[in-house]
Amino acid sequence: MASLRGKVGLLYLAPALLFVGVFVLYPLVQLVIMSSTSASLLGGDEFMGWKNYTKAWDDDTFWQALWFTCKYTLYITPILMVLGFALALLTSGATRLARLTRGVVFLPVVIGLGTSSFLWIGLFDEQVGLVNKLLQDTGIISQPVVWFVDANLGLWAVIISIVWKVVGFGMLLFVASIQSIGVDLYEASMLDGASAWQRVRKITLPLTYRTILLTTLVSAIGSMLAFEQFYIMTAGGPESETFTSVYWIYQNSFIYFKQGYGAALSLIWLAVVFAGSVVHLVLARRETDA
Amino acid sequence: MSAAARRRALLGAAICVAVIAVMLFPIVVTFLSSVKTPAEASASPPRYFPSELSFENYLKVFHYQAGLLTYLWNSLAVAFLTIGLCLVLAVPAGYALARFQIPAKETLFLVLLSPLMIPYQAILTPLYLMFASLGLANSHIGLAIVHTILQLPFSVYLMRNSFEAVPRELEEAALCDGCSSLQALWRILLPASRPAIVTLVLFAFIASWNEFLAALIFMSDETRFTVPIMLVGVRQGHFGAVDWGALQAGVVISILPCLLIYLLLQKYYVSGFMTGSIK
Repeated sequence: MASLRGKVGLLYLAPALLFVGVFVLYPLVQLVIMSSTSASLLGGDEFMGWKNYTKAWDDDTFWQALWFTCKYTLYITPILMVLGFALALLTSGATRLARLTRGVVFLPVVIGLGTSSFLWIGLFDEQVGLVNKLLQDTGIISQPVVWFVDANLGLWAVIISIVWKVVGFGMLLFVASIQSIGVDLYEASMLDGASAWQRVRKITLPLTYRTILLTTLVSAIGSMLAFEQFYIMTAGGPESETFTSVYWIYQNSFIYFKQGYGAALSLIWLAVVFAGSVVHLVLARRETDA
Repeated sequence: MSAAARRRALLGAAICVAVIAVMLFPIVVTFLSSVKTPAEASASPPRYFPSELSFENYLKVFHYQAGLLTYLWNSLAVAFLTIGLCLVLAVPAGYALARFQIPAKETLFLVLLSPLMIPYQAILTPLYLMFASLGLANSHIGLAIVHTILQLPFSVYLMRNSFEAVPRELEEAALCDGCSSLQALWRILLPASRPAIVTLVLFAFIASWNEFLAALIFMSDETRFTVPIMLVGVRQGHFGAVDWGALQAGVVISILPCLLIYLLLQKYYVSGFMTGSIK
């Protein structure tokens, strides 16, 4: 009887398993096979062994893109986490203003990454953009900044837009974590004469440590997948300095039609991201079990 | 309240107001630019407020190439197919994981979560070739399949959790009355899991509506563009000159559904977000 019920259960599970098998795992196998061929949308399916990989080894733009993606991740992750945590401290209270602020900060999270990039490209434009106007009106700059002719300025423009778009993500998780800390702990520490900063350091930070760690990982993995913001805002320029890994893979696979080569690049990049995801999953599951 | 505490509360309130202003600035000025006249929207230096109200930019987007309605229809069709696929796959899977003794259950669960570890960006090429040979390239259902890959782990996780939270007694009583397992799912578990279903539908809609890369690759035929891909064309404009007013009107149109959902169904959205993002 139990085994019959098990079979019934398997039947319920089968469609989803089949779906993942056909549309995720099978394509992954295909990707591995393709990476050893000269596959192209224009035809050609020759076996090339490791040639695509040795080519990738010498592909300066690929390594530059991978490094640029890491650099972007290393810049933006601490900003997102520190700002997100500060906003969580600011808005974790139950006052109406705190809740309103939380709602407004989270709002851009529901906007698409593509759409928000189109929104910001207008704001950063040196001719019609209101970012320059605002900075000039407030006296921060005297001349309009041309944001996308310089790789560094372009990177910072993208970072500003993405921080605006996703800072609410970390904030919301931190708020939940902070709110789960008992009020009595704070009250006791206040009686002991601890300052606000001491309370944050000695109580809030240690007790939200796991959430911070997991959110940092989720956020960093997300940044490693960056594509839209650079495709739309910098177009990889100037001089392919702001290509990210996904962008360069896209460029090879769908603009240059070098699918086989793109597959090899995908697998190398996948190995990097996969390592991060596994760490995240292991940590997250350990937390649920505990 | 002591004077120091009062001062701190006041400072906190001031920072809150500043934060709200900074966060709303981009959306508000984009909206304001979208109702400028096309000439004023492209004027340099720009102004914050329109000197006269004009909907010409929206009219332009409405008539852009195949027409806004075509692009809206594509986006909606793909989103609804994604919602349907997610429900059809995740509800039974969540049920199986929550209620049945299945050999190697946790391993199978991990298989269903595997799209979290294998970003879809990596497998778009083989998927594209597969869809091209199946005649699914440039089709709503093809893109919906890709969007379902994105949403399936979250959906399964959500349904499993929600079904597990329903007391077993309810279902056992139903089974004793001669219900099959399917009837128990339909009559007991699904009605008890309404909030999870709402959350699943919301997330599937928003994810699909917003998705960019797969739509860019799979929908190469102009009449099949979704709204975000339409924006790529609007931005390129004619003869290389960007039509800023039209682009900003397009951005507003693209943001609007998500904004409405967020404002109306914030409760479901935020709770789903909390369950899904960390674990």
